Amino acid sequence: MRDGTGDVTTSCQLVTIDLPPGRARWQLAATAARLFVSCDAAIAALIWAAALSVLAAFVWIVGDVVVHGLPHVSWEFLTAAPRNAGRAGGIGPILVSTLLILAVCLAASVPIGLGTAVLLAEFTSSHGWFGRTVRRSLDLLAGVPSIVFGLFGNALFCVTLGLGFSILSGGLTLACMVLPILIRATEAGLRAVPDDYRRAAAALGMSRRATLFHVLLPAAGPGLFVGLVLGVGRALAETAALIFTSGDVDRMPESLMDSGRALSLHIYNLSMTVPGGNDHAYASALVLMALVLAINLIAWSLADRWLRRNIVTV
Amino acid sequence: MNAECGQIVTAAPVNGPAIEVQNLALAYGRRTVLDGVSLAIERGAITALIGPSGCGKTSFLCALNRLTDMIPGCRVSGSIAFGSLDVRSPAADTIGLRRRMGMIFQKPNPFPLSIRRNIDLPLKEHGVRPRRHRDEIAARALRDVGLWDEVRDRLDAPAQSLSGGQQQRLCIARALALQPEVLLFDEPCGSLDPLATGVVEDLIASFRGRLTVVIVTHDLAQARRMADHAAMFWMPDGVGRLIEHGPARQIFESPQEAVTRAYIAGRRPPV
Repeated sequence: MRDGTGDVTTSCQLVTIDLPPGRARWQLAATAARLFVSCDAAIAALIWAAALSVLAAFVWIVGDVVVHGLPHVSWEFLTAAPRNAGRAGGIGPILVSTLLILAVCLAASVPIGLGTAVLLAEFTSSHGWFGRTVRRSLDLLAGVPSIVFGLFGNALFCVTLGLGFSILSGGLTLACMVLPILIRATEAGLRAVPDDYRRAAAALGMSRRATLFHVLLPAAGPGLFVGLVLGVGRALAETAALIFTSGDVDRMPESLMDSGRALSLHIYNLSMTVPGGNDHAYASALVLMALVLAINLIAWSLADRWLRRNIVTV
Repeated sequence: MNAECGQIVTAAPVNGPAIEVQNLALAYGRRTVLDGVSLAIERGAITALIGPSGCGKTSFLCALNRLTDMIPGCRVSGSIAFGSLDVRSPAADTIGLRRRMGMIFQKPNPFPLSIRRNIDLPLKEHGVRPRRHRDEIAARALRDVGLWDEVRDRLDAPAQSLSGGQQQRLCIARALALQPEVLLFDEPCGSLDPLATGVVEDLIASFRGRLTVVIVTHDLAQARRMADHAAMFWMPDGVGRLIEHGPARQIFESPQEAVTRAYIAGRRPPV
């Protein structure tokens, strides 16, 4: 050890000899320091600029929609049927269709998603061929353009399964789209649960089922929830996949087998194909944004209450 | 496996070893970590497993309660008799086995649940009913580990708000509530401060006579203070082996093997 230290001192001396002596050395150091400081400032400015531009984009979009849309939103707008291709009247039936499509989508995707995520995270190794294959296909699926999902949903649900243009077909197609997001987020949540809990539960003689339901799933709650919120967001925003599946009928749906127009599709129609439909397009966009926000808030508060009851962390 | 939690039913004779291990070998994939281990663990006594890290002591503990089942690629051979139960038999009821043989880990691992539910959940899973009965058992277990007075007013607080030492005692209470016959401790004080260590150590010593305790520890002073029996593990050729075992006094005061003598004295043993 002593020899080693000696070596270090020698090499240090060698290095200092290479530098200019005295005052000149200090000046060099000072220049380097200034350079570093200005570099820091530039990076800080860049980061701030990036963050501010994101905020600006958000404020601009929301502000634009609120300013143009708010004057047209009223109770009547929310409940009345559209008239004159949506230029007049309201969005009552469209709101109902949207919520029904979302409900079908969640009813189908949550159980399947949860089951797959549990299988992937708890019953397959992260390196096994099966898990890898499923995971990779999910990632691919998440990147497939929604129009392709629309055509697929049309071929499978509307034609092959004979569901026709219906809220059911639309909801099921959306479920296919939302599944990858839901599964990956839930799986990540489950994998983030420390192995300590699994070992503790096993050492206490708890069955895997009990461990899953009473320890792991509650502990993975936040991950599950993030997946759900992202999934709902994606489902509500979807337009292309619904044109071919749930259809474009703006009457009040009487059953899940009826065609129903989703809110996002209504906005598209109003702004792209109906001259003079801009006002109501803005108002509908505002309602859609409020709907996403409201669903997120309700989900947060439910999840929060549920987590408080089932899982207590510091 | 139901309401009769108050009584311990043992089929085995009261005398004789609690656990008898014969020629145990254990491998992770192709790497053998433990070979040729035979050890009789005396009933009601404290047996300390000592030896350097990586020589298979924890693997040995995990083989006893079949926690090795959870490790992919882990293969165990040899025989382990726990009373009349053949632990290694595929037909052995691991759930019942683990209820009779509790385990405490180095890092306290209470569930992220309330203090009460940490003890209640395993009891409920083992079919102990009604809830009032479970509450009584939980209170008794918490008293046993000296935690009752510290937590009685906040049983619904998160278990993870307790200090490290309290969490470890909660984990012990959780295992005790299931009325085990054996408790396996894997360096139970490894992550605790000296004061908390003292408390946990006294607690484990208080189980002498009531429970069979097997404890892995790197703290030789602790092993010397607590253990009735000691078993020294070593890895002469990269594979963990049991090189010496016997009464703790003999192991610590007049070990037979040079390696043990050096290890006890804190010297690096001759290679």
